[in-house]
This record gives sequence, structure tokens and C-alpha cells, in this order.
Amino acid sequence: MSENLEINKNKQKQETTHKIGIYLWIWGLLFVLSFFSYMVDWYQFQGLLRWSLILFFMFLKAGLIMAFFMHLFWERYTLVNVLLWPMTAIACFVGLMVAEGKYTVFTRFIYFVLGE
Amino acid sequence: MSDSSLQNLPKGWKSVPNDLGSDQTAFKGVQWGKAMMWIFLLSDTFIFSCFLISYMKGRASTVVDWPNTSEVFSLDFMGVPVPLLLIAIMTFVLITSSGTMALAVKYGYEKNRKMCGWLILATAIGGLTFVGMQAYEWSKLIHEGVRPWSNPFGAAQFGSYFFMITGFHGTHVSIGVIFLFIFARKVFRGDFDKGKRGFFTTMKSDYVSIEILGLYWHFVDLVWVFIFAFFYLW
Repeated sequence: MSENLEINKNKQKQETTHKIGIYLWIWGLLFVLSFFSYMVDWYQFQGLLRWSLILFFMFLKAGLIMAFFMHLFWERYTLVNVLLWPMTAIACFVGLMVAEGKYTVFTRFIYFVLGE
Repeated sequence: MSDSSLQNLPKGWKSVPNDLGSDQTAFKGVQWGKAMMWIFLLSDTFIFSCFLISYMKGRASTVVDWPNTSEVFSLDFMGVPVPLLLIAIMTFVLITSSGTMALAVKYGYEKNRKMCGWLILATAIGGLTFVGMQAYEWSKLIHEGVRPWSNPFGAAQFGSYFFMITGFHGTHVSIGVIFLFIFARKVFRGDFDKGKRGFFTTMKSDYVSIEILGLYWHFVDLVWVFIFAFFYLW
């Protein structure tokens, strides 16, 4: 019985602390990705290439921070699901406001530019 | 991980109905303070999303050109204007502090008191540096005539979104720095080793508090990732 407890304790230890290497790797990757996203501005990429690169680096950085620095990668799925599903509501809101913004600028052009 | 029977529970997707339907603790193996911090962070996510979405909507619907951010936020380095230099440095400072925080959590769980304390202190100093640079950025822009209602660079909405979003984020960083200093003191004093009772609570201190503090700090960094992408780079 006590032996079993000891094994469980060791298992727990492995779960709560991780090797330092993983943190240093993520840290380094975050630096590199930030440098790349800064380079997007430095080289003045424009249009679709700029937007897709910005979003790509942004989501990659956010994912790495959440998964490893905030330990979500090691959490049980219940917590992960509770945290990530509400994000779909935000995505819907973004979609709605994109449409709304387009409509607003359309009406503004009609009334401001084309006249009274 | 207080529950040793956690090992025997189903893993992966099967664990979701098991954990939620068991009429017991839903977040198994998660200390309650950690679950509450996650829920707070979720609500904070919604606040920051609302700010960024309103910024998107405002920027998309203005008929005046948006200020060119890489010119507005350029910094003279040896007489040459470098685009977004200060913002890039701020980004790297915040990522550095996030890294030291992650290591502080690790050393905390390993009960390495000294390392944990020094790393939290380093994190706090990184945060302080960030807030200082943000204050410099604000005063520079205010000097150049940026106001919440107008600015010399383009669309009038720019100022209000800038001050609101970066100000709210800066407030989060400042609060985080205060807590980092408090917790650095607690760690050095050995509160978490001795299980000393806290100021507002009769419960014993535990190194899980460092992970909770870390969650908040990483979240601040996470929000900056989005602000950096949408406000400064876009």
C-alpha cells in the first residue's frame, strides 16, 4: 500500500513539473516568432501576404503560450473545453462586426461622398 | 494534483463526459483557485475581445485614412527613425518576463525557494520596464498631439482606441507587477514552504499560488500578442 502511494507521488511529481528544456524551447520559439512578425513590418509586406503572416505568427505565439506556459497541454480536456469553446462566440462576434463595419462604411460613402 | 486516483480516470475526449457527469468536482486535479483564475481570465478575454472588435469595427468603418502605425510608432535611433522600435523592444521584454515566470512556476513546484523568488523578481522587473516604456510611448504621442478625440496623423478614432486598449493592458501589467513583488516577498520569506496562512485567508499557502500568478502573467503576455498584431502591425 505505502509502496503504491510512493509510486503515485512520483507520478504526480512528473505531471506537475516538466523538464526545463521544454520551457527554454518555447521561450526561444516565442522570440523567433516575434522577430518574424516584426520583420513583416520591417520589409513592409502589404495586402493578403501581410495579413496572413501577422495572423499566422499571432496564433502560433498565442497557442504556444497557452499550451506550454499556461500548461493547457497537460490539463484534462474538461478544463480545456470550458476555456476554448467560448472563443467561438468571440469568433461569431468578429464575423458580425466585419459585416457591420462594411455596411457602415458603405452608407458613409453614400451620404458623405455622393452628397445630400 | 491532489487526487492520486486521477491516474485511473479516462483520458482524452472520454474524460469530458466522465468528469462533467460524475456529479463531483468537474475540474479534477485543478486546485479551486486555479480554476477560478482561469474563469476570471476567460471573462477578461471577453473584455479585451470587445475592445479589439470595436477597434476593428471603428477602423473598418471610417472614411478617413488610418494613421500609418509604423511611422507613428517609429523611434529615432542615432538620428535614423526605426519603425516600431519601441514596440518591438516592449514585446521582447514581455516575452522575456513570461519565460522567467514559467521557470519560476517550475522551480516553485520543485520547492526551490531561492530560484523561484529570484525569477519572480526578474519577472516583476521586466513588467516594470514594460510599463515604463509604455509611459514613455504615451507621453511621446501626447506631445505629438494625439488625443482621444483627434490626432495629426489620420482618422480621429485612432487616439481613443490607442489609449483605451493599451491603457487597459498597461493597467493589467501594473497590477501584475504589484502582485509579483508581493509574491516574491512571500516566496523569499518561505510562506509556501512552511504553509503559512495568508493575509485574507486561513488556508495554508502552497506553491500552486505561483502557478495561478503565472497564469495571470502569461495572460497579460497573451493579450499583448494580439494587441501587437492587430493594433501595431495590421
